[in-house]
Amino acid sequence: MRLIARIGQWFDRRLQLAAPVREIAEHRVPRSTASWWYVFGSAALVVFILQIVTGIMLALIYVPSASEAWSSLQTLNHDVTLGWFVRALHGWGSNFMVAIVLIHMVQVFLFGAYKFPRELTWVVGVFLLLMTLGMAFTGQILRFDQDAYWGLGIGASITSRVPIVGPALVKLLLGGPIIAGATLSRFFALHVFVIPGLLIAFVSLHLLMVLKLGINEWPMPGRLVRKATYESQYQELTKKDGAPFVPYAVWKDLLFAAIIVASIAACAAYFGPFGPTGEPDPTIIQTVPKPDYFFLWLYALLALLPPSLETPAILIGSVTVIAALLLLPFLFGEGEKSWRRRPIAVLTILLIAVSLGSFTHLAGYTPWSPEMNAWSGEPVPQDFLRGRTALERQGALVFQGKQCRNCHALERKGGQRGPALDTVATRLTQDQLIRQVLQGRGNMPAYGNNLSPAETTALVAFLETLHPAGAQPARDASRPIGDGPGGEMK
Amino acid sequence: MANQNTISRRALLMKLGILLNGLVALVLAVPIVRFFFSSVTRGRGNGYRSWVSLGSVNQFPEGETRLATFRNPYVTPTDGKTVDTACWVRRIQADQLQVFAINCAHLGCPVRWFPQSGLFLCPCHGGVYYRDGSRAAGPPERGMFEYPNKVEDSVVWIQAGELPTPGFSAGNLEKRRPCA
Repeated sequence: MRLIARIGQWFDRRLQLAAPVREIAEHRVPRSTASWWYVFGSAALVVFILQIVTGIMLALIYVPSASEAWSSLQTLNHDVTLGWFVRALHGWGSNFMVAIVLIHMVQVFLFGAYKFPRELTWVVGVFLLLMTLGMAFTGQILRFDQDAYWGLGIGASITSRVPIVGPALVKLLLGGPIIAGATLSRFFALHVFVIPGLLIAFVSLHLLMVLKLGINEWPMPGRLVRKATYESQYQELTKKDGAPFVPYAVWKDLLFAAIIVASIAACAAYFGPFGPTGEPDPTIIQTVPKPDYFFLWLYALLALLPPSLETPAILIGSVTVIAALLLLPFLFGEGEKSWRRRPIAVLTILLIAVSLGSFTHLAGYTPWSPEMNAWSGEPVPQDFLRGRTALERQGALVFQGKQCRNCHALERKGGQRGPALDTVATRLTQDQLIRQVLQGRGNMPAYGNNLSPAETTALVAFLETLHPAGAQPARDASRPIGDGPGGEMK
Repeated sequence: MANQNTISRRALLMKLGILLNGLVALVLAVPIVRFFFSSVTRGRGNGYRSWVSLGSVNQFPEGETRLATFRNPYVTPTDGKTVDTACWVRRIQADQLQVFAINCAHLGCPVRWFPQSGLFLCPCHGGVYYRDGSRAAGPPERGMFEYPNKVEDSVVWIQAGELPTPGFSAGNLEKRRPCA
């Protein structure tokens, strides 16, 4: 023991680190902050360290070349001992990190921790969020498979919409005229050097400010933040009702971080690594590209925005959201901190959570996309054919053959792009059906050029049978009058 | 102590040192910036584009639309399969063709041709186009990207080389299609 102490002293005499480290560890924090709500920041840091370690491990094998990246991932998955597990740790670590950073941000927002004097801590935190998302996106690109390839295509298409400099930005992003070798190399540089370097610098800054300014106290309703008095009040609080961070509060951070890392390991072991999906060969077009979980909401949003609103929404919307986040502490730097007295803050969080959740849920089954194989894979339900005339049955054939089923479901089977047609005859009259089929409308293409008159007649005859047994089909009240004298039906 | 109008030798040397470093940094910045933007400047004046052969016109039956592939004219050694590009060739009649980029005009996903319904469908966000490439439904704001094409001695040539994107559709400068 004595020897260890002497070695320690020898080093400390030269490094002189023991005193400042002890000071940091034992700095006083308000007792109220030794709470389970205050563990997310440190957990994010621990997951970040896990990402660095597993990332370096992966870099030992991974080849950042468009011609070899995919096969080096196969090597990692199948050839290298526990390569699959390290990939899975890195992939699940990424998901956990995004989630924890978001939860941390929500907690900070609801606890009013961004208010004076911690405005800059929040601003740096916003950049940390953007960098975390940047890491998630560039990481998805390094998993150089079909999703990565077409994801880059989506990224390039969005970038190209920037006015004036869009096309130049695309070439800068791709490193050339197309998605190819140079593209992967620069995303590798971003994912491995640029963003992690910035992350380490910004995390250090973030931590430094937390130490210098002190952790945000538990917000008490009615205790308002005033620039003139806050700092002295906080000092008094830590003096009167404070305790050293180590060990008073740190044990909760340690316990939570351990649980998170164990959860990541459990997910990695149980679910395994993400992909890679098919080889990034752009001539394989039978593919349905999808982004990773945390970008699914964006994928859904891009499908659902009206076409004319899309470009402004992407370009102005993203800038507005980031600007709003950055300006938040300057606009609301004083006043009430407690969420109990900030209903708009709580509602904003709920609204964002419900919106993102709904979009993510929708992106899970993409109702806006035609189901490419429904026409050949889902037969017309028997009930729709029993007792029908030859013409109507011929119409059912046209219905399948012209791939109406890809967008329109019958008995819940088929695409969801257009409305289900089980009861279409109760909504549209014969004339309306003919018009809709031939001319299209809304999101339906016109089929006039692709259907012969005989096919149209048969198809509409079939569609007219699509109503519940007891219900009358829709009819045009004026038609009997127009059709013949005396108003009798023809 | 020097009076206010004079400058000490040390201060002068320090300022000279800062100035010299600034100059060196400026001189060095020129090649570094040029290197950084090389992928942009190289493409100026359509430097990336050239005529590429799709093979004999006879492999494309009249009145039909077929998938064709070509190798992108601009290649680097580490590109792997990413330079193999697909496109849809519609032979209207004889030497009259339309060659569509595989990329959806919405966000670049690979569109598929369905001869049964005479439509191109996009798997990502549900963009739909008619057989002539004009917009039919969904989020795209315009028709499909088209490569300029010509037929010489029964060989189909297209002018290609860049990823077509909504902001700048490769090879389609001549006839930009507004929303169909």
